[in-house]
Amino acid sequence: MALPENLAYTAEHEWVAVDGDVARIGITDYAADKLGDVVFVELPAIGSTAAAGRVVGEIESTKSVGELYAPVDGEVVEVNEELVADPSLVNSDPYGAGWMIAVRFTELPTLLTADEYAALTAE
Amino acid sequence: MTESPDGTERRSPLDGVHVAAGASFTDFAGWRMPVRYSSELAEHHAVRTAAGLFDLSHMAEIVVIGPEAAAALDYALAGRLSALVDGQAKYSLLLAEDGGTIDDVVVYRTGSDRFLVVANAGNRGPAAEALRDRAAGFDCVVEDESDDVALIALQGPRAEEILRGVDGFDIPELDGLRYYRATTGDFRGHEVLVARTGYTGEDGFEFYLAPEAATSLWEAIAETGAGSGLVPAGLAARDTLRLEAGMPLYGNELTRSTQPAQLGLGRVVVLDKDGGFVGREAVAAGPADDAPVLVGLASEGRRAGRTGYPVVADADGTEAVGAVTSGALSPTLGHPIAMALVRPDLAAPGTSLYIDVRGTRLAATVVPLPFYSRKKS
Repeated sequence: MALPENLAYTAEHEWVAVDGDVARIGITDYAADKLGDVVFVELPAIGSTAAAGRVVGEIESTKSVGELYAPVDGEVVEVNEELVADPSLVNSDPYGAGWMIAVRFTELPTLLTADEYAALTAE
Repeated sequence: MTESPDGTERRSPLDGVHVAAGASFTDFAGWRMPVRYSSELAEHHAVRTAAGLFDLSHMAEIVVIGPEAAAALDYALAGRLSALVDGQAKYSLLLAEDGGTIDDVVVYRTGSDRFLVVANAGNRGPAAEALRDRAAGFDCVVEDESDDVALIALQGPRAEEILRGVDGFDIPELDGLRYYRATTGDFRGHEVLVARTGYTGEDGFEFYLAPEAATSLWEAIAETGAGSGLVPAGLAARDTLRLEAGMPLYGNELTRSTQPAQLGLGRVVVLDKDGGFVGREAVAAGPADDAPVLVGLASEGRRAGRTGYPVVADADGTEAVGAVTSGALSPTLGHPIAMALVRPDLAAPGTSLYIDVRGTRLAATVVPLPFYSRKKS
């Protein structure tokens, strides 16, 4: 399964792309595949506060409900409105057009490398 | 069927086909079965508009054979199975003494003294045991043949056209084979029970055959149908298809503690059978006046109620008046649908209710079931 090397990952099956003090966040291909076809995404409001480890959004597929956890403390500065309009982007392009939110953080916690995340999801 | 090395997970005779097709698997009643091949939504739509191919080899096949097989089934099940003619199928219920449901089954009469009872995989043991116990006083034998039977379903508006094109599949009486009828076919030397039944709300067929012939039949159908939009379909699509069609699922709608009348299945029960049947007294008395009844719920938006979510009567109410038994965003209709067991005074179509979706109130209107019916030609 595709796992971009330039991203960081979390044990909650999310990816994090860091650019300066902003972290762009989405869920991994593995998570999207486990959920199945995503049909509904609820994202937080721009300007809301994100707390690391807390739920900031919901991801629903035909079969199940997943939660989006904030991997960092900070302020939500962007949400992917195109994804809200077309949740299938999570399945078709989880690391690109399927991104979910961007958070301006104060401190970056330790995240997983692609190799570490791959080991986590190895069956 | 085969067991995996650790002995805990059973595998279908078609397991290798699914692996080769890149299926995602789920554990279903102890079986490793395909949940989807690529997209369950695409698979769902394919069944509604063209056709889908399902592996249902996990289902249980129990045969009842003997001069009194029909009488034994009349006693064991809620319906009058003795009224079936050879080649006819009927949906029925295996009730407990208290009127609760042990399993829902489809019964095929495959001869004057021979019936095939198809039970849910998760209820194989209890269903076979109950049938054996109840048939004990009759001149017949009950055999659980599940290990020797594979089951493939071809469902969708193009199913018949595809079936007619399968090379080497000879079904002499396919012409005029009506819904809920079955006939015998021959696929390259293997006998196949060809039934016009299914669990999707579409026209279609189910094929019961020896496990060793399952892969070649699957591949022959898949090859024949590829140009007609046929795709392999997993259990995720099967679940949304049956939900749209308003068909109950054992464990969700049907349980040991629900009576047929609560689910609108009173028509399945024949009270005046000679010799009675197990559960008769309880279903004749009926459920309690305040027992919840099954309704359809339709909502707007895209967020769906899920199994177990409470149903409340008011937007700010906290008292549950029922619970969702199955729910999903309907792929065909494009809005959320659910089946729910609710208080009987709130079950009339048009009633406004709310589903508690993890703290958010989702407005829902009671609607008649099914949510979806195919246009009959």
